[in-house]
Amino acid sequence: MTQLTDIARGEQVSGHRPWPRLRVTPQTWRTLANEMTEGRATLLGLWGDAGEVHMAVMGEVPHDIIVASLQCPDGTFPSVGTLHPPAIRFERAIHSLFGLEPVGAPDARPWLDLGFWDVQHPLGARRPAPVARPTYEFLPVEGEGLHQIPVGPVHAGIIEPGHFRFTANGETVARLEERLGYVHKGIESLMAGATIARAATLAGRTSGDSTVAYAIAFAHAIEAALRIEPPPRARFLRTLMAELERLANHFGDIGAVCNDASFSLMHAHCGILRELVLRAAATAFGHRLMMDCVIPGGVAVEICPDGIACIRETLAELRQRFPRLVELYDNTASLQDRTVATGIVSAALARQFGAGGYVGRGSGRNFDARKDLAYAPYDRLDFSVPVLDAGDVNARVWIRIREVEQSFALIEQVVAQLPEGPIAVAVGGGSGEGLGFAEGFRGDVLVWLRLDGGRVARCHLRDPSWLQWPLLEAAIEGNIVADFPLCNKSFNCSYSGHDL
Amino acid sequence: MRRTLFESLTHGPLTEAPPARDDAALAELARSVERAARRRLGRSLAIREVDAGSCNGCELEIHALNNAFYDLERFGLRFVASPRHADVLLVTGPVTRSMTEALLRTYNATPDPKWVVAVGACAKDGGVFAGGYAVTGGVSAVVPVDLHIAGCPPTPTQLLRGLLGLLEGGAAA
Repeated sequence: MTQLTDIARGEQVSGHRPWPRLRVTPQTWRTLANEMTEGRATLLGLWGDAGEVHMAVMGEVPHDIIVASLQCPDGTFPSVGTLHPPAIRFERAIHSLFGLEPVGAPDARPWLDLGFWDVQHPLGARRPAPVARPTYEFLPVEGEGLHQIPVGPVHAGIIEPGHFRFTANGETVARLEERLGYVHKGIESLMAGATIARAATLAGRTSGDSTVAYAIAFAHAIEAALRIEPPPRARFLRTLMAELERLANHFGDIGAVCNDASFSLMHAHCGILRELVLRAAATAFGHRLMMDCVIPGGVAVEICPDGIACIRETLAELRQRFPRLVELYDNTASLQDRTVATGIVSAALARQFGAGGYVGRGSGRNFDARKDLAYAPYDRLDFSVPVLDAGDVNARVWIRIREVEQSFALIEQVVAQLPEGPIAVAVGGGSGEGLGFAEGFRGDVLVWLRLDGGRVARCHLRDPSWLQWPLLEAAIEGNIVADFPLCNKSFNCSYSGHDL
Repeated sequence: MRRTLFESLTHGPLTEAPPARDDAALAELARSVERAARRRLGRSLAIREVDAGSCNGCELEIHALNNAFYDLERFGLRFVASPRHADVLLVTGPVTRSMTEALLRTYNATPDPKWVVAVGACAKDGGVFAGGYAVTGGVSAVVPVDLHIAGCPPTPTQLLRGLLGLLEGGAAA
């Protein structure tokens, strides 16, 4: 099988680990775009740097990953989005943040920059923003009897802010267009020049619901860059935290999807299960969401003496309660009526976008960083990755249900096999570049960074939502407006993780 | 479903005793809340949550207030969908530049008398996100704040304590 390094020839950058980074020519850049268009490669991320753009690509086998870098001496680079639509939003963001222009891009509108900042291109050649905020043109929708429904940024509910522009014909959605960026906090700018500890704090607050996953992905990148191996006990404790986080979020989501179908009984019971998990986490690690518990080099906190017993007890209760809720979900016709065949994402789209998590796996894309990149200790643990083909709301619920069951099994193994020993190694200074992944509840989180003398020179964090938000626009097409909350909840994309 | 419903009837509730109100929060409140307005609203407050730039950690714990363990509604506190229906704005996050106008508009859409509760370390002063080109600052940089609830994120118990202070402030003020 052809490896990406056979296709993308280029000077290999030293000190980039664990996968190679190559300096490529514009021609090779286009070749890679073409490989993705042909379905032989998957776009993992595309981000800017000082006078340079980087693209993480995965070949036909998961471990075949490269980062291709292209210098932009004249401030431009060949658009990937013109060939491969998943790149479009990344390129718009690169242009807004760095001022680097994707030549031939199909959509030149800004992304993330909503016109409220004092500066333009805050991560590149900064210049003062125009005094008057430029108007943003939504994509045109033509036809008879169409009306628009603008929603947000402030939504009706305890939800993150973002803008949705619906064009509907009666009840049926003809087009949904998202406009995001409202919670852009400038995380990547705050990270530039930060100490590793400060950057880890920021990484853990990129998307609060995935704080453990982000902390692990960030730690993986740091440890790769500095050639550090965290102790085995730390790896296991990280996994324990990651699976508790997955459980809490999946319980929350399963309940919330049912709630959006007006079946609040499931919501109430799933809410109880979620709370039990968070309480176990608080007992074991001292924080309900386990924020700042994972650090580069290991973990920050030892599991408390009662922690293991508490987790075992909680798990026993969850194992007893959850199957009844699954049965309830499966046997309630009025609920199934809402979730089955609603908000379908085709397998082709999920594959093209490289969508991770339940969005990808609910539409036949069999990828899970725990299995396919097999970072320790998942390589030694016994679990399976559920995949379904239907691509509807129901499939995304079932993926979560099956993953809950797998997480039960993983937690039992981790607790039984937890090695003794230290929980962290010291992280000194140093320079290098690292690429790290972690499978969060919503999909694979990517972190890429460059360290310079023990400080973060550049760090990019790619939330799984980047490759899922566009699919929500596709999923809702032809559905009724009233099913949008249901579809949206079944995706549960992160606004904060996307907006950075 | 029958079995689940039946058990819900026969088993005791999971709901826990309310926590003691937060006296520090109360002192802050006593300065800012008028007794008359409180009397007019009685023991019932409608809350509109506004995420002005949070990482969504605070939202998770605010959601938890509605679960069976904390059961916020037993105190007469409930979340509403529109600022027009709200007495309290519960604001999270460092206020981003891009949410500043939206927060201000939400505040202006909320009828008087109203209170603003800033939730979490970021809402206090921008927290770990303070200082960048994309962040205006804490909530008080945009709208007047009556009560801060600390934490990253505050636990549901901390949130309850703060909100109960808001309700019961009248007796202590």
